[in-house]
Amino acid sequence: MSRLDVPEGAPVGRRVFLGLAAFGLSGIVWGSKAAGLMERLLGPLAVKDGTGLLGLLPTGRFRIYSVVGSLPNRAPAAWRLDVDGRVGAPYAIGYDELLALPAVELTKDFQCVTGWRVPRVRWKGVRLADLIDRAAPDGGVTAVGFESFDGAYTETLTLEQARRNDVIVAYELDGKPISSAHGGPVRLYVAPMYGYKSLKWLQRITLVATAEPGYWERQGYDTDAWIGRSNGRGDEPA
Amino acid sequence: MAPGQQPRDVARFDRTERWLHWANATLVGVLVTTGAILYWGELSSIFGRRALFKEIHVIAGLALPIPFLLALAGRWGRALRRDLGVLNRFSADDFAWLRSRGRDRSVRLGKFNPGQKLNSAFVGAALVTMLATGTVLRFFGPFPLAWRTGATFVHDWTALALGLAITGHVWLAVADPDALRGMVSGVVPARWAKEKRPRWYEAVAPDDRAPEPEPEPEPEPEELSPAAGS
Repeated sequence: MSRLDVPEGAPVGRRVFLGLAAFGLSGIVWGSKAAGLMERLLGPLAVKDGTGLLGLLPTGRFRIYSVVGSLPNRAPAAWRLDVDGRVGAPYAIGYDELLALPAVELTKDFQCVTGWRVPRVRWKGVRLADLIDRAAPDGGVTAVGFESFDGAYTETLTLEQARRNDVIVAYELDGKPISSAHGGPVRLYVAPMYGYKSLKWLQRITLVATAEPGYWERQGYDTDAWIGRSNGRGDEPA
Repeated sequence: MAPGQQPRDVARFDRTERWLHWANATLVGVLVTTGAILYWGELSSIFGRRALFKEIHVIAGLALPIPFLLALAGRWGRALRRDLGVLNRFSADDFAWLRSRGRDRSVRLGKFNPGQKLNSAFVGAALVTMLATGTVLRFFGPFPLAWRTGATFVHDWTALALGLAITGHVWLAVADPDALRGMVSGVVPARWAKEKRPRWYEAVAPDDRAPEPEPEPEPEPEELSPAAGS
């Protein structure tokens, strides 16, 4: 064979390869800081961006997680929420009925415990406190359990947390009905806590004396999941 | 081919190199498709069955190094190892090509243009990065939570950059069918080689009237090179 066996020139290719690989791999360590910086820089732009192109960038956007095999799907007409447990007046409510109740809107950053943050997400729904009060809980209730129609996802809040004004049962996300990927048609939204507390595909609220740990709590995540004050994280509150 | 006849084709990539290329292309295609489905909620809603796509994505990712290791492992990897050496080295012509952003017609290129060399270095590093960060994301148990955040960040942005590089790669390949043939059938027209890769052409077919350098199965006479494995 020819002299091609002994390539001439500067070994640039290997340096580029090693340099880029070192940069990429070290990102596992510095990436969480860079992600925060990126969301602060690009987040406000993405909100104003009319083209939606910035929305394609991997910053300031939702990642979709689900704990069962496929995305649970339920048409609004078939959706029903049961409110029961230690209550004087257990009841069930349909989608249209829920939308007819007094609504609140919240615009806040959505913060995931794995680090991503979506700036200025608009939610619309009904205060959880209103739905709880309607069932007339008895004096022994200290906690609230939530159940998803995916058959696996559960969550809990203390009664005090559940009564906060920034905890809602949401049916609109950024002005549109909530899609199945985002936990629709109706999900919980717990504004001051990490995303995993905002249970998706809500179908049941149970008022109890003591709460069983929820799905993510059994995986080792904190029960009181205040943003910036739990799970060993120091994020800005939403 | 009769002696004295002008060679029409020049052997460019041997069987191992082509096998590796298309094995990688298949795995990366699966990874891009399943990754897109997992990443975009809209696509997830259409396809459902996230757990299945996640499983396929993880398996394809973990399988990624296997074709490389197999192709490099034995005697059959000689041409591949030599080409990796060629991709590593940047000649004075390569730098002139880069400075002119590919417009300088007077540069005489070897087997690969510098864009291909940089692309291979980038894609190689990106795949290593994707594999490592993907492993942290899949098996996050033993790692600090901040690593999971960091791995998510790197995995996402590297995927975006890799997607652009692959799009450019396919675009350029489709735009140059002669070059594409080199990776499909292993040979390129002599005319193409003479015009686009003159230095390589002279090395593999120094005399225009010489018979075509024999293609497979015996690509070249053996000459043990200490640099070959590097």
